[in-house]
Amino acid sequence: MFGFGNEYEGLAFWLPLIWAGLIAVAVAMYVIVDGFDLGVGILFKAARSENWRDRMMFSVAPIWDGNETWLILGGGGLFAVFHVAYAVLMPALYVPIILMLIALIFRGVAFEFRFKSDRSKFLWDNAFFFGSLLATFFQGMVLGAFVQGFANDGRQFTGGTFDFLSPFSVVTGIGLIFGYGLLGATWCVMKTTGELEIWARRMAVRFLILTIAAMAVVSLWVPFLGRQIETRWFSWPNIAFLAPIPLITAYVAYRLLRDLEEGRHYRPFFLAIGLFLLGYLGLGVSLFPFNVPPNLTIWDTANTVDSQLFALVGFAIVMPLTFAYTAYAYYVFRGKVAEEIQGGGYGYH
Amino acid sequence: MELDALMLSRIQFAFTVAFHIIFPAFTIGLASWLAALEFNWLRTGNPLYRNLFRFWVKVFAVSFGLGVVSGIVMSYQFGTNWSRFSEFTGNVLGPIIAYEVVTAFFLEAAFLGIMLFGWERVGDRLHFFATCMVALGTLISAFWILSANSWMQTPDGFAIENGKAVPVDWFKAVFNPSFPLRYAHMVLGCYITTAFAVAGMSAWMLLRHPHDAPEAKLAASRRSLSMALWFAAIFVPVQIVIGDLHGLGVLKYQPTKLAAIEGNWERMSNMPLRLFAIPDEVAETNHYEIGIPKIGSWVLTHAFDGEVPGLKEVPREDRPPVWPVFFSFRIMVGLGFAMLGIGLWSLYLRWKGTLFANRTFLTATMLMTPSGFGAVLFGWFTAEIGRQPFVVYGHLRTADAVSPVAAGAVATSLAIFLVVYAFVFGFGSYYLAKLLRRGPDPIEDIRGDDLGKKPKRPFSVPDEGVEGKPGHQAQPAE
Repeated sequence: MFGFGNEYEGLAFWLPLIWAGLIAVAVAMYVIVDGFDLGVGILFKAARSENWRDRMMFSVAPIWDGNETWLILGGGGLFAVFHVAYAVLMPALYVPIILMLIALIFRGVAFEFRFKSDRSKFLWDNAFFFGSLLATFFQGMVLGAFVQGFANDGRQFTGGTFDFLSPFSVVTGIGLIFGYGLLGATWCVMKTTGELEIWARRMAVRFLILTIAAMAVVSLWVPFLGRQIETRWFSWPNIAFLAPIPLITAYVAYRLLRDLEEGRHYRPFFLAIGLFLLGYLGLGVSLFPFNVPPNLTIWDTANTVDSQLFALVGFAIVMPLTFAYTAYAYYVFRGKVAEEIQGGGYGYH
Repeated sequence: MELDALMLSRIQFAFTVAFHIIFPAFTIGLASWLAALEFNWLRTGNPLYRNLFRFWVKVFAVSFGLGVVSGIVMSYQFGTNWSRFSEFTGNVLGPIIAYEVVTAFFLEAAFLGIMLFGWERVGDRLHFFATCMVALGTLISAFWILSANSWMQTPDGFAIENGKAVPVDWFKAVFNPSFPLRYAHMVLGCYITTAFAVAGMSAWMLLRHPHDAPEAKLAASRRSLSMALWFAAIFVPVQIVIGDLHGLGVLKYQPTKLAAIEGNWERMSNMPLRLFAIPDEVAETNHYEIGIPKIGSWVLTHAFDGEVPGLKEVPREDRPPVWPVFFSFRIMVGLGFAMLGIGLWSLYLRWKGTLFANRTFLTATMLMTPSGFGAVLFGWFTAEIGRQPFVVYGHLRTADAVSPVAAGAVATSLAIFLVVYAFVFGFGSYYLAKLLRRGPDPIEDIRGDDLGKKPKRPFSVPDEGVEGKPGHQAQPAE
């Protein structure tokens, strides 16, 4: 496909391609669903009252656990079918991944602890904010490091502990904070009412501008990484197929801005998701078919055919079911969160 | 002991997994316990069960949250710290771990939200269904992760190609020899852990009141104490039998581990049951040994003159460290028999009709609160240290499984984990203690018109914050 993987035939060719698609979907799911609840955490510190924070937290409390499960699927899925990629990437990303996990611990326990505390509540407000902020930042660094590529011998990582750290990965870290902030703000627009909603709209506009700026900086920077990614975009006939991606992105951003000003409730959130998916698509175009850039393809890192098939059977049966009951859980908690959520508003508390 | 990346990674993995296992061990049992309580509430309409559910679901929520966040760490550590293990086992264990995620974690997570926050929105039956799905999710999760763990102990259904394990027979790989009994042993261990935690915490709540305090204050704790002790009295003996059968499997498939458990240096028949000894790995013998003749052979082989393998049959470099395995096993078994004692004692007191009045017994039960956690942890130490020096028994040495990471990076992450887990665990225990101090709502708080009726808004009465600030009426968000 596109000149890659030609040495593989039949299932050995198709299975990694199918799996790459499935894991790409899982990662996209993660970025969207945990993106908005991490985004809610990023906005948390700026919220003006205890009541606002209660409502913001309540809007994600019933679903955050499921959202984070996609992260386990991302890691688990990589181990499940591209175990060589998992084995190279994880040691290479040791520092940002461990720090991300630590941040997620603080943020995750904040959900439970915050509502069981009174005097120590400030502690968990901070845990939720800094946990969300830092988890996002380190995820962004992982992304940046991924685009830069990893030193390896085809089976194991051969580089150093801090190879991931560069001006580029710092910028992608900050960029992701803006992006998740946008998702979180548009989520709050959708899920809240009154002054909180008006405030969320203003935050959404700010984070949109910052997000677009970050996307522009990263896009312009990529050619200077020396990975020849730009030749893929600007060579003929690719440019004809790929030119719409930035153009549609620009239109979606414009539409999102107008929607926020016009007072729409639902569409900004879905347009923000659209913006993310476009950025994600752009990334996919830049990196395919390497899942350990710069040199290992999805075929090089895949499990044996037997192993991929076994996992695929389970996925084919279980994933539709998973989507169904996940959708049901969202449906149960549909609608705007009430303004008077006192005492935490947790029905069970 | 050199503190290189290997040793630091081992300490880090042992610490993070030991911390993690505490919470699933508790929530696997609690989820089923909650399902039983809710079933009784729906069946009888007795508000006692509802109050108990409302109380224990809070304990569950704290424990489950800690289990989730410490569990995510595990799914990444296979790669960050054990990338050569991932490379060797990925073809086999990768799909098994992925099955756990897709069949269990999503199920738990989606229905957990409904279980905790959704009663008003979905109605009784669907809510009960959600509780059952959470409980089922915990059991499915245990199924896959124990399958993977068992495969590392008794690998099967694979071949080695190009220095990696590749699957040959999935059924054999998933249902590898030690898996069925390990699964039974672990799940029952989790249930018993929960039973003793529930019984112990209930005993503590009863001890805080004089036994002639108003019935309304005591009824809920008495009911949960009684239910938990019935479970313990019946299933601790079953667990001891399963443990014994599991031991027969260790003898068959992991003779060196068994020899370490028994502190047995020479192959022998008529082996004594060693109650105590100080194993000496340098001199290859035991000091201060106290044992009962022949019984060791009988326990292991069910024949007095049964042959038991010895550590000296394999070279030193293939033996596990003996004393941690030897003592961990004895602590686990000791705790098991202490639990058996509590179970029998409870039956005797029931027969005499003084189960709730005997304060010595209640104090003993309270002291047994952490016994299940201890038994689970020491059982794991026995199993996992006994597997050394291999990470995949007989095929991959732990020393060959570690990632190419710098020792400094691992030392730093280990230090961070120690501090963060101590902090989080400390606060978790603090909030749990606060919850327990308040206990389940007394029955008299329930308005009379609720009794025997279909619950309209069973979860809408909010609690106070556990630090004592009064709560307010919660409003369902529509």
